[in-house]
Amino acid sequence: MTTAPIGAAARPESSTTMLDVRNLKKVYEGRGRSVEAVRDLTFTIASGELVCIVGPSGAGKTTLLRCVAGLLDSTAGEVVLEGERVTGPPPGMAVVFQEYGRSLFPWMTVRQNVELPLKEKKVPKAERQRLVREALEAVGLADAQGAHPWQLSGGMQQRVAIARAVAYEPHLLLMDEPFAAVDAQTRADLEDLVRSLWKRLGVTVLFVTHDIDESVYLGQRVIVLSDSPTVVLEEVTIDLPDERDQLVTRSLPRFAELRAHVYELIQQAKGGHRPAS
Amino acid sequence: MTVAVTAGTPGRGRGGRRHRPLPTWALGLIGLAGLVTVVELAPRAGLVDERFLPPFSDMVSALADQAATAEFWQSLLETLRGWAIGLSIAMVAGVVLGILIGGIPLLRAAMNSTIEFLRPIPSVALIPLAVLLFGTDMRSTLLLVVYAAFWQVLVQVLYGVQDVDPVARETARSYRFRPLTQVRTVIWPTALPYMMTGFRLGAAVALILEITGELIIGSPGLGRQIAVAQTSGAVAAMYALVIVVGLIGVVVNVIARAAERRALRWHPSIRGEVPR
Repeated sequence: MTTAPIGAAARPESSTTMLDVRNLKKVYEGRGRSVEAVRDLTFTIASGELVCIVGPSGAGKTTLLRCVAGLLDSTAGEVVLEGERVTGPPPGMAVVFQEYGRSLFPWMTVRQNVELPLKEKKVPKAERQRLVREALEAVGLADAQGAHPWQLSGGMQQRVAIARAVAYEPHLLLMDEPFAAVDAQTRADLEDLVRSLWKRLGVTVLFVTHDIDESVYLGQRVIVLSDSPTVVLEEVTIDLPDERDQLVTRSLPRFAELRAHVYELIQQAKGGHRPAS
Repeated sequence: MTVAVTAGTPGRGRGGRRHRPLPTWALGLIGLAGLVTVVELAPRAGLVDERFLPPFSDMVSALADQAATAEFWQSLLETLRGWAIGLSIAMVAGVVLGILIGGIPLLRAAMNSTIEFLRPIPSVALIPLAVLLFGTDMRSTLLLVVYAAFWQVLVQVLYGVQDVDPVARETARSYRFRPLTQVRTVIWPTALPYMMTGFRLGAAVALILEITGELIIGSPGLGRQIAVAQTSGAVAAMYALVIVVGLIGVVVNVIARAAERRALRWHPSIRGEVPR
């Protein structure tokens, strides 16, 4: 790829904190009953990191992500993005949702879908066209510009959603189980796509998944959540070689160890285990 | 895709194809021809009194006579104008208020009972009020048309605004779309199919009320001509005018459907097979 990097502009040094989640708590107040989805979550993500969050199903992963994205108000605690407290969707952030079919607008073409957030951001036209072109090239969909999302396969639709997020030049890219609804082969391709985009653009990625293998393969760090009401069970550093390959990486003994470790943690989480403190 | 298609066909192919079925439009024409034949033959055979139902050919010749008069064309124009103006007002008011009320949950909750009270009031019940306000002026009929068509549109738009996909809404929010951009890029396209349905229903109801108003209030238009023909005993002419009114209804529906297909190419109900 010879295109100029997108999204890399004006990024702070990689040692600075991108995202700081402090004592986050979320209680859903229903009629006559309240559900404590997230009890007390604290973690930080440095600028330029790729961090996966994994937890048993129903662990409040999506709640956490929606709080970080500013789409949901937290009950207590705070989310700080680039030094600013998140009270609504912050400017330097883009979200890729699991439901790509519903997140893309069917009444618009692929190109219009990718371009719309840039228009709203008031990016000048020439710049906008460049960003759209580069983003679609980066996800391998340069030829599909004029198509409507529903004319594409599931994997391609999710690529469009990723292109839309990337073209927005976010500092933090949030991904909410983005590959849960695509088939295994497409999934492997998209995982490699996320890794390569992350490396090329230097964007910080927070990737939420329920898939243990995926979290170990993708992340530099894996944050394992307990079951609901959620706390952080353990942060696992993934000390695998930086160059990852679906075949090579996944057959490394270290990959198997890490995978087994995260798997055990998840099993404990399901059993209701909580950290000693 | 191809797999699914071939899997679907054997059931149909097993019976063997003896003859190709007629296209639906041909079947429709046959049905119409049947009706014309009955209307033509029944009075001629003496099954019904010719004074109440003249043969179809008489209606056609009465229609030809009508078409030669300036009065007919003037009335047709009055009817179409009243219908179009009434429908336009109802559409604009219904869409604007629908998006406003539907988009603001508090307003919607406050307006719900009012809408449910006003909506079922039959428009014809307002005829006395309309006459009090405007006499036999075309505005009397316009009031009825607007009132009747407005609710059709409003209710559809309210449903449409409710139908916005939560994920699409969150996507718009996460990209920090301003409220007006959200209306334009998310709410409007989602509500558009509903608006089209509202337009089709509203168009039909507007025509009914336009003719009713002309018939009963006596505001200018084809409805009044029908009443005039009836009182002067021109039965064939009366039927001829009724047929014209029916044809207007058909044309309106065809146009509404064509507009719907154009505006909703992307919608699952229109787009049909996914090419890949």
